[in-house]
Amino acid sequence: MIAIEARKLGFMYAGSSSWVLKDIDLEIYEREFVLLAGRSGCGKSTLLRCFNGLIPYFYEGELEGEVKVYGLDTRNHPPYILSQYAGMVFQNPDNQLFALTVEADIAFALENLSLPRDEIRERVDWALKVMGIEDLRDKSPNELSGGQKQKVAIASILAMKPKIIILDEPTSSLDPASAKQLIDTIAELNYKLGITIIIAEHRLDMLLPYVNRLIVMNDGRIVFQGNPRDILEKYDVMPYGVPVPRVVRVAQQLKKTLSGSTISRIPLTVDELVQDIRRWRSGK
Amino acid sequence: MIIFENVEYTYPNGFKALSSINLEIKDGELVALMGENGAGKTTLLKHLNGLLKPSSGRVIVNGVDTRHATVASLSRDVGIVFQNAEDMFFSPTVWEEISFALHNFGYQEEVIKKRVGWALKFMELEDYRDKSPFLLSGGEKKRLALAIVLAWSPKIVALDEPTVGQDVLQKEKMIQIIRQANQQGKTIIISSHDVEFIADLQPRIILMSKGKIIKDGYAEEVLTDLSLLKECRLIPPQMVSLTYELGFLGIKPHLGQPEDIALEIIRRLR
Ligand SMILES: Nc1ncnc2c1ncn2[C@@H]1O[C@H](COP(=O)(O)OP(=O)(O)OP(=O)(O)O)[C@@H](O)[C@H]1O
Ligand SMILES: Nc1ncnc2c1ncn2[C@@H]1O[C@H](COP(=O)(O)OP(=O)(O)OP(=O)(O)O)[C@@H](O)[C@H]1O
Ligand SMILES: [Mg+2]
Ligand SMILES: [Mg+2]
Repeated sequence: MIAIEARKLGFMYAGSSSWVLKDIDLEIYEREFVLLAGRSGCGKSTLLRCFNGLIPYFYEGELEGEVKVYGLDTRNHPPYILSQYAGMVFQNPDNQLFALTVEADIAFALENLSLPRDEIRERVDWALKVMGIEDLRDKSPNELSGGQKQKVAIASILAMKPKIIILDEPTSSLDPASAKQLIDTIAELNYKLGITIIIAEHRLDMLLPYVNRLIVMNDGRIVFQGNPRDILEKYDVMPYGVPVPRVVRVAQQLKKTLSGSTISRIPLTVDELVQDIRRWRSGK
Repeated sequence: MIIFENVEYTYPNGFKALSSINLEIKDGELVALMGENGAGKTTLLKHLNGLLKPSSGRVIVNGVDTRHATVASLSRDVGIVFQNAEDMFFSPTVWEEISFALHNFGYQEEVIKKRVGWALKFMELEDYRDKSPFLLSGGEKKRLALAIVLAWSPKIVALDEPTVGQDVLQKEKMIQIIRQANQQGKTIIISSHDVEFIADLQPRIILMSKGKIIKDGYAEEVLTDLSLLKECRLIPPQMVSLTYELGFLGIKPHLGQPEDIALEIIRRLR
């Protein structure tokens, strides 16, 4: 089933004279884990804003073509309807948290949907549990570390039970261990709950093993998309600002020098490369 | 020269964010502060230009005790690029944002033009000179924050998480500019979680955890110490993890460029 569909999508911010998105055609299917990469300013955040209706609802500008979220045209459906399908976690969680307690923050959007009290309580409990932050329930968001805030922001989106979660550089201010935890949690939401994930990030190392589709953007257009291993094998993505993991560069150098059969695949992790080296060494 | 003597800092709400900080940074050094979220890196950096004054102990910057100086006077020598770039913005356009400090320091119009132009070019922001800083993309905002400080060219440059939101090409450029500024004699202090970036830069590394300094050493030594990294929630650079796993080939854990490590593997395999 198609979760998000963009046809000939173009966008220009009001007061600007250049198109930030150009002629984007894209289908994202249910249960996909999609990573959006590309140079700073290439249009990643703008594309994500089109997926949950912030564009055209909150950002003024010229929109061409169409975007459908589960068949709903984003021009005719306001963000509060679309957010029940596609929830978005912003890069800066401070822009998302404003209530006095974590619990109230998570309940806020549900109250706006006028759900029954019991249902709200159940969903808040569930979201806290999935994110492993039950102990933060009564804390004030101001007292939390960056990583904890980011988890609360995701919990408040999760409580809406969206089919799609969109994340804009969610790990950029997290220390590496917190970033890893967050990515593991997102991956679980994807494979355990079947939630479609769309994430924009400049850090690839930790994400690639989970991603089924890598989309590389440049200057408002999609330049490559596909399975990350295939893309890294076929194309030189560095000029598009995509950080090729260093293990991939090691493997490419090994391939070049040892010719052919040493490295059968492009490794996405250190473990994969080590396995290949071991295998080659014992088979020699 | 920067000296921290038994510095403690407690925020107004009673939270002690720094304790027993003793530190000496010489002119022209390249230093990275690393450590977990909440370790105290930003709090420490804010002591350099007097934005925060120690609750006890003292901080001496170029011979001046920061308790007896204003932020304005210290800022001529110490430029800080904030973690949250938006905290630095108040002007209607990118151009004015960069030129503001230069006007304040009394530079001549010609010099200002040249410097602003250079900074815009360097940070790939020329197209945005008349745009509102608040309408830039995430990474562009960060680059503008860098451009502001680079344009006034202070002797001590503190960069709080400079690589956040930057793509890999900009990071490479940032390494060049940091090296270049450092070779010109500037003292550079960077707070960062970006282990790959720091591995390329190879600075002196000060590891912080829970408000304390837990290690002060050079990149090779610090970034190959897995248990120490774990203590402050850092993950080793990929090449350290790889060489660590390649012990069976007789390779020792170390930093290095992927291409060099590949050649090393080949030598051992043959
Ligand atoms: N609200 C806005 N008004 C006007 N122009 C904008 C606005 N937001 C972004 N832009 C411009 O649109 C272009 C694309 O920005 P966008 O935020 O989509 O990039 P990005 O790929 O997310 O970049 P980054 O990696 O730096 O976050 C940039 O040139 C930016 O300056
Ligand atoms: N204004 C404040 N009032 C009270 N506590 C604060 C304040 N600012 C920071 N803190 C606390 O002080 C500690 C150190 O914060 P600091 O911002 O220096 O950490 P950091 O090492 O820069 O972290 P990060 O990697 O997340 O940027 C944290 O526990 C933080 O919650
Ligand atoms: Mg963005
Ligand atoms: Mg900080």
